[in-house]
Amino acid sequence: MADRTGFHEHIAEALQNPNLAGALGRFSEAYAISRAKAYEGIDFEKLRDQIVEAKGNAAGKLDVLAGRFEAEATRAGARVFRAGSPEEARDYILRLCRDRGVKRVVKSKSMATEEIHLNQALEKEGMRVKETDLGEWIIQLAGQRPSHMVMPAIHMTKEEVAAIFSKEVKERLAADIPRLVAVARQELREEFLQADLGISGANLAVAETGSLVILTNEGNARLVTTLPRIHVAVVGVEKLVERMADVVPVVRALPRSATSQLLTSYLSVLTGPAPGPEGEQKELHVVLLDNRRTAMGADPRFAQALRCIRCASCLNVCPVFRLVGGHVFGDVYTGGIGAILTAWFDALEASEHIQGLCIQCGNCTQVCPARIDIPEMVVELRRRLAKEQGQPLLQKGIFRIVNDRRLFHSMLRAASLAQKPFARDGMIRHLPFFLSGLAEFRSLPAIARRPFRDRFREIEQPRGLSEKVAFYAGCLVDFAYPGTGEAVVKVLNRAGIEVVFPEAQTCCGAPARYAGSFAVAAQNARDNVAALEGAGASAVVSACPTCTVALTREMAETLEAEGEHEWAVRARKLGEKVVDFSTLVKRLVDQGRLRLVPGEGLPAVTYHDSCHLKRTLRAEKPPRQLLQAVGHEVKEMFESDMCCGMGGSYSLKFPEISKPILTRKLESIRKTGCGTVALDCPGCAMQIQGGLHKAGDAVQVRHLAEIVAERLA
Amino acid sequence: MFEQFQARAQAVSAEVHRFAGAGPALDFVVHTLLAEGVAPEPGRRAVWCPGPILGPPEPERLARELPGLTFEVTRAAAAESKVGVSELDWAIADTGTLAQDATDPRRRLPSMLTETHLAVFRTASLVPDLATLLARVDPRRMRYLTCITGPSRTADIERVLTIGVHGPRRLLVVAVDA
Ligand code: SF4
Ligand code: SF4
Repeated sequence: MADRTGFHEHIAEALQNPNLAGALGRFSEAYAISRAKAYEGIDFEKLRDQIVEAKGNAAGKLDVLAGRFEAEATRAGARVFRAGSPEEARDYILRLCRDRGVKRVVKSKSMATEEIHLNQALEKEGMRVKETDLGEWIIQLAGQRPSHMVMPAIHMTKEEVAAIFSKEVKERLAADIPRLVAVARQELREEFLQADLGISGANLAVAETGSLVILTNEGNARLVTTLPRIHVAVVGVEKLVERMADVVPVVRALPRSATSQLLTSYLSVLTGPAPGPEGEQKELHVVLLDNRRTAMGADPRFAQALRCIRCASCLNVCPVFRLVGGHVFGDVYTGGIGAILTAWFDALEASEHIQGLCIQCGNCTQVCPARIDIPEMVVELRRRLAKEQGQPLLQKGIFRIVNDRRLFHSMLRAASLAQKPFARDGMIRHLPFFLSGLAEFRSLPAIARRPFRDRFREIEQPRGLSEKVAFYAGCLVDFAYPGTGEAVVKVLNRAGIEVVFPEAQTCCGAPARYAGSFAVAAQNARDNVAALEGAGASAVVSACPTCTVALTREMAETLEAEGEHEWAVRARKLGEKVVDFSTLVKRLVDQGRLRLVPGEGLPAVTYHDSCHLKRTLRAEKPPRQLLQAVGHEVKEMFESDMCCGMGGSYSLKFPEISKPILTRKLESIRKTGCGTVALDCPGCAMQIQGGLHKAGDAVQVRHLAEIVAERLA
Repeated sequence: MFEQFQARAQAVSAEVHRFAGAGPALDFVVHTLLAEGVAPEPGRRAVWCPGPILGPPEPERLARELPGLTFEVTRAAAAESKVGVSELDWAIADTGTLAQDATDPRRRLPSMLTETHLAVFRTASLVPDLATLLARVDPRRMRYLTCITGPSRTADIERVLTIGVHGPRRLLVVAVDA
């Protein structure tokens, strides 16, 4: 695996490849539409429940199911070999090939064989090995590795494919897709007919019957499993399900999620060896590959990954994947799920750079038919990596400071003075020296001269208010956007609520947690729990969705992971009282405690959904309802809930990725023609405002609190 | 159910034809073989795996009319064939799918190596969905269950849908009512 610099070079290469971003970008946009159509009339949540049940149940007892499968398939006449490691699997297949005098091999798509690097091993023994899935064949001829789990050659243009095929058939071929497909048909036909061995994977393996279920569109798997005299299926044990009925939900979801089809052209269920075309008895060998899957199933944090049906929809909706593709974001298995599988099937260290690419936006969690929480597992990988390898030095230094509330806050104050020469109209356009990367593609908000914590003391709240709510500011509101905090106080006061600001509150711990520094995040959590639980407040409100998520659940999870159960209990109790600004205000309006006065003739605004507000807190409606209540029409932008590229410290770690994600977001905003983009997250505000400012764009970025505060009765 | 089957099958580029009985269905199959230019030369032959729906065809009459046609489905014959005829045991309405106990490779081959596949099934064998089919068949008594939904396809080059990679480019579904 490349070192850090090498990895950034790798990313730069991918970003500079215009085909890649173009093809993946267009695809992800088309995919959103075609997927929705394929799922028309289907209750997706119910289907997910069924898959979680079928595959989750199996993941918990892989060993038992493998045993049952072995017994049933053997009864049906197959030979089953249970391979613990990739070496064992390879050795078994190589031995079989020697015994049977195999010279020519055809393969249909199988990621498990890529995982064990089977082709290389067979070729080293002098065998002729041909991939027959069109995409895989292209990749094989090009000497590359698949860049996408379902569409291996999506990064290549038809011109590139034509060049590769031309070399193969020694004839100049035009970049005409039907013609290229016809060439593949013709070239591979002989290979099918001549091969002694066909190697396939399987999409599912059914324990109670010993059956393999294989889905393809091209028809190559049927040829691979029919024509050669021997068939070897290499199947990861996580493909096992208990009963034939468990196949149904997976087959309903897989084609829909993978290729937006109701069903693939071919679906085959193989149970033991069928006779060959000449009536001869064929041989069927099933290699059940474990390679740490059983161990994964026993790990409560990662067992869910075994439910994966390899539909790749998580890649298609991923803002990072659609920029850099699977050669950068992935290994044998690609994208966020690829990072996780790599950590297990290869080695934890092997996932180090790949997993870092996840910006934690949560898009994948919305579409995964197996309801797998990839970002959650990525954080767990980071925690384990940090434990094993320690933190990079610079990061360590930063977190040591964040961990010390007083030091952190006094440094921010000092920074506010130091930045003076660079700040203009409240924004910083350029930073000197090594910090320049931070402000290269977007301006940064100047650190407030006086943080919210100082300004709060001067706010005169009405006396005699009956309810008390604690305000949790979070670093950005406190030190960059104190005006947002003041707006929150104003709104709540008008609803008859007194706001208290426990001064001992500190960073919510999200940056540390997402970087895997759980010890730091736990310290933050303890400080915050102690500060907030004693405030005597009926609720804790935050104007930052990331902080809200940290306070409602992540602090407790962090503390639990650090073995601090009692603190976790306190954090959970506190978490129940935490609410985001828009949800709380909408509730107050509904209860009649707060009256908003709609403005006359206000311009339409567009709204940007923050990842955490939309997908974790599921509060996409309250802010829109509030905007309408104060008299704004909401004009939706394209992909309003697509990440802005901020991702906390992500934009510092991968500015080269953060920037193009932001560029897309700004385009979507501009296309609405609105003069204002409203949002709920100061992090998104910083990113989007910074980008607009740098571009000299006049579009205003406003937090909901500021908009609402102007329209109080 | 047939309407749904037909709509779904057509949506994935299958051509669907329905006949009241075996007689007209047989005529249609023969007519199609002629129209496809079946002839006794490599790449233009036809393989036909006979079954109970169309009944035992009259090999002599057909051999005279269609000298490129054989009822002996071997791998060599299938590899040289342009057209394949086979009978399917079930059809699935909600995906426009045909399904078959293909344990005997002679039943499978006509739908694998050819360019055109004539797939004959009985309308009465329609089931609403895959779940119903999988509950009905016992895979332990069947080495190879095959399901076919439209012709062979790929989108592996620039995501452009292209019909007919390794399997048939054309799928003609022949539904027989009685
Ligand atoms: S959370 Fe977002 S960035 Fe991470 S893998 Fe999922 S979609 Fe990609
Ligand atoms: S993680 Fe979910 S979305 Fe991604 S490939 Fe697996 S099943 Fe599909």
